[in-house]
Amino acid sequence: MSLFDDNVSRRGILKTGLVGAAVATAPFHFVRGAGAADYLNMPKGKSVIFGFNVPQTGAYADEGADELRAYKLAVQHINGEGDGGMLNTFTSKALKGNGVNGKKVEFVTGDTQTKSDAARASAKRMIEKDGAIMITGGSSSGVAIAVQGLCQEAGVIFMAGLTHSNDTTGKDKKANGFRHFFNTEMSGAALAPVLEKAFGTDRTAYHLTADYTWGWSQEGSIKKYTEKLGWNTASAVRTPLGAGDFSQYITPVLNSGADVLVLNHYGKDMVNSLTQAVQFGLRDKQVNGKDFAIVVPLYSRLMAQGAGKNVQGIFGSTNWHWSLQDEGSKAFVKSFGQAYGFPPSQAAHTCYVQAILYADACQRAGSFAPCDVGKALEGFKFDGMGNGATEYRAADHQCFKDVLVVKGKENPTTKFDVLEVVEVTPRAQVEYPPELLGGQLGSCNNGA
Amino acid sequence: MSQNLGKIRSPLDMEPLAIEVHDVESASRSRSARNDLILICVFSAVVLASPWLLAPFGAAYPDLLQRFCIFGIFAIGFNIMFGLTGYLSFGHAAFLGIGSYAAVWSFKLLTMNVIPAVMFGVLCAGLFSALIGYVCLRRAGIYFSILTLAFAQMSYNLAYSVLTPITNGETGLQLTLNDSRVLDAASGIDPTSSLPVTNLFGMKMSGYPGFYLCAIVLIISFYISIRIFRSPFGMMLRGIKTNQNRMSYTGINTRPYLLAAFVVSGMYAGLAGSLMAVTDPLAGAERMQWTASGEVVLMTILGGAGTLLGPVLGAGVIKYFENIFSSFNAQTLHSAFSFLPDGLAEFMVTITHPFVGEGWHLTLGVLFMLIVIFLPGGLMEGAQRIGNMFSGSGGKSEAESPAEQTKPAE
Repeated sequence: MSLFDDNVSRRGILKTGLVGAAVATAPFHFVRGAGAADYLNMPKGKSVIFGFNVPQTGAYADEGADELRAYKLAVQHINGEGDGGMLNTFTSKALKGNGVNGKKVEFVTGDTQTKSDAARASAKRMIEKDGAIMITGGSSSGVAIAVQGLCQEAGVIFMAGLTHSNDTTGKDKKANGFRHFFNTEMSGAALAPVLEKAFGTDRTAYHLTADYTWGWSQEGSIKKYTEKLGWNTASAVRTPLGAGDFSQYITPVLNSGADVLVLNHYGKDMVNSLTQAVQFGLRDKQVNGKDFAIVVPLYSRLMAQGAGKNVQGIFGSTNWHWSLQDEGSKAFVKSFGQAYGFPPSQAAHTCYVQAILYADACQRAGSFAPCDVGKALEGFKFDGMGNGATEYRAADHQCFKDVLVVKGKENPTTKFDVLEVVEVTPRAQVEYPPELLGGQLGSCNNGA
Repeated sequence: MSQNLGKIRSPLDMEPLAIEVHDVESASRSRSARNDLILICVFSAVVLASPWLLAPFGAAYPDLLQRFCIFGIFAIGFNIMFGLTGYLSFGHAAFLGIGSYAAVWSFKLLTMNVIPAVMFGVLCAGLFSALIGYVCLRRAGIYFSILTLAFAQMSYNLAYSVLTPITNGETGLQLTLNDSRVLDAASGIDPTSSLPVTNLFGMKMSGYPGFYLCAIVLIISFYISIRIFRSPFGMMLRGIKTNQNRMSYTGINTRPYLLAAFVVSGMYAGLAGSLMAVTDPLAGAERMQWTASGEVVLMTILGGAGTLLGPVLGAGVIKYFENIFSSFNAQTLHSAFSFLPDGLAEFMVTITHPFVGEGWHLTLGVLFMLIVIFLPGGLMEGAQRIGNMFSGSGGKSEAESPAEQTKPAE
């Protein structure tokens, strides 16, 4: 401490200040130096870095864990390890199993905590510190929209993971963001005919809705399509994300005169709310002379497994299911099963496909520059990835493909065999004009 | 005597009570002022050089550096309330959130320049803290804490769902292409096809320039906090902490002082919140959640409540853990232990794995426990002890006294 004791003169302080100022301006040289690259995080060595940003804690942690498994598998397949999975059935043959553009794929991971702030912080770390060229993942639309906005500003590509809200490729769409998963508009369009067949046109629905962008979007779409059938909506109640106990929300349903309960919940929320609704005896009730019914518009195998027997006979829609018998699905289930010992969820599927699609687009574009990759993805038509013929629509960066309507299986044979496919709704029936959901893509951003 | 006193007072131990200065002659007073000057110079140099100093720790990237500064400001402000008066506010994150929302609205409606946004954010947070403080400060101790917590949770729930048109709920308030931005439009800045970025008279406020803005604001905030600590006002606040009843008996109405401290610390939080929006123009409701309020309490206690530097240190440590420790995965561990023989490396990875990645909370918890048990004065007490070890036994008895005066959390 003797350094600071005595003899501190005005001059000494001036000197310190000058050194401080010199030190302070130095990073600007750095920043300018970085401008030499054509685009942000241009890979210079023998490898390229992908950023996998998934929820590892919180209400969607199960989905996040499965997504990460799928990403690891996708990286192996792109780098030519393992059996190649869906690369063998994918109609584009650009990827040769030797990485992308001659570079080996490496990855970094982060925890979104299903919170916009945490997800953006973790994505920023990947972009600024780890040099990730692309961010992908997420299991919540709120997070997906927040991270998509960040990637647009920073100038990297965002390949959305499991996000089902219309807004992701609707009013909040961005030129640097792409989504393979379907959305609530498609869910509504696909579910409505099946609901009509099962429950008729004279029904009264009661909605319980997760209180965030996805819940609102889901509620809106289901209302829109069921009211077209002639259904009434008794009430729509918002519940906080990750509420845990839904009993206070379920009790009023009995006295509302509704005969259908629509659960716009996902993940652990859906497991809890459905289990409690069944425990309250809703499904054994008769209202208005009809059997009380429950609908879960967005289903996943992980949730169905979590809710156990309670899902039997309950309708919903899903992006993909492991029991599909096309070549792509079979190849993916086989290699996922060999690696981890159980079948993949729809979250795993969409993330795996997104990673492959991105790598393929880079290979076809011959570059990692976001604008070139974006062009390669826009309007790209492909098959062999488990959903039949699919197109990345250029106008809103949304994939269009068939939608599955599923039902909880009455007699499951194994603990994974919990859903059965009721109907495959063809793409034409769920397609909508891009203007319907509003928003503007803006122009693509290369960063640097 | 006074010469001797000046000698032992290292620039780090900023705890010397104003009461001490009071009865020492004026020469010592000027010496103390000079020590403050040295402290602020060293502090500025360290903060401005942090992109280099922190590089070996893997923390030298703009986003994290910005976070260090922003949460440093937040904790400095919190410390003015908690450290000086001993009133533990458990709802400070509400002001942080309000600052963010106000700043983003300024970006949306007025201009992308950061100056109005920061001013608007601080102003709104100040108004809210005056309102909430006026109600909550009618009670002391645990009742005050619970009241502030209740208000913060109320604000959080309002932002999360009821006020969705203003806050955009869980998705968070974001900029869009068709925001009005009247000042920008009036000054002829073209609306481009991509989202505009925040700027300071044309200088982009993301990346390193954003960090340097935050760093300069941090230094100014730190300076103001020193002045408050040294002022008669600061002495009043310490008096309230020591014995509020006695203050009342001597005929002093303590409530205006408390309210002023609460508003100042709320404005600091608003400043931090608006800087968060400056570096990343998005405001989410989870910023106001009680966990965020708890975090700033942890930062302050971890670093040392009532010390000048402690809160900044605590903020740095917690943000470092949150951002760096949480990103370690099994892969990183394997490469870290690769120098060991195979079996041993595997063993080390298994042992350490629960403490990194998603388990970073665990590590932080253990660290916090150790510090509260063994260093009740926080990291600053640790620094003090190490300092004493090196400065020898001569000054020990006198140099120890500041550490003793640092009270553990109540």
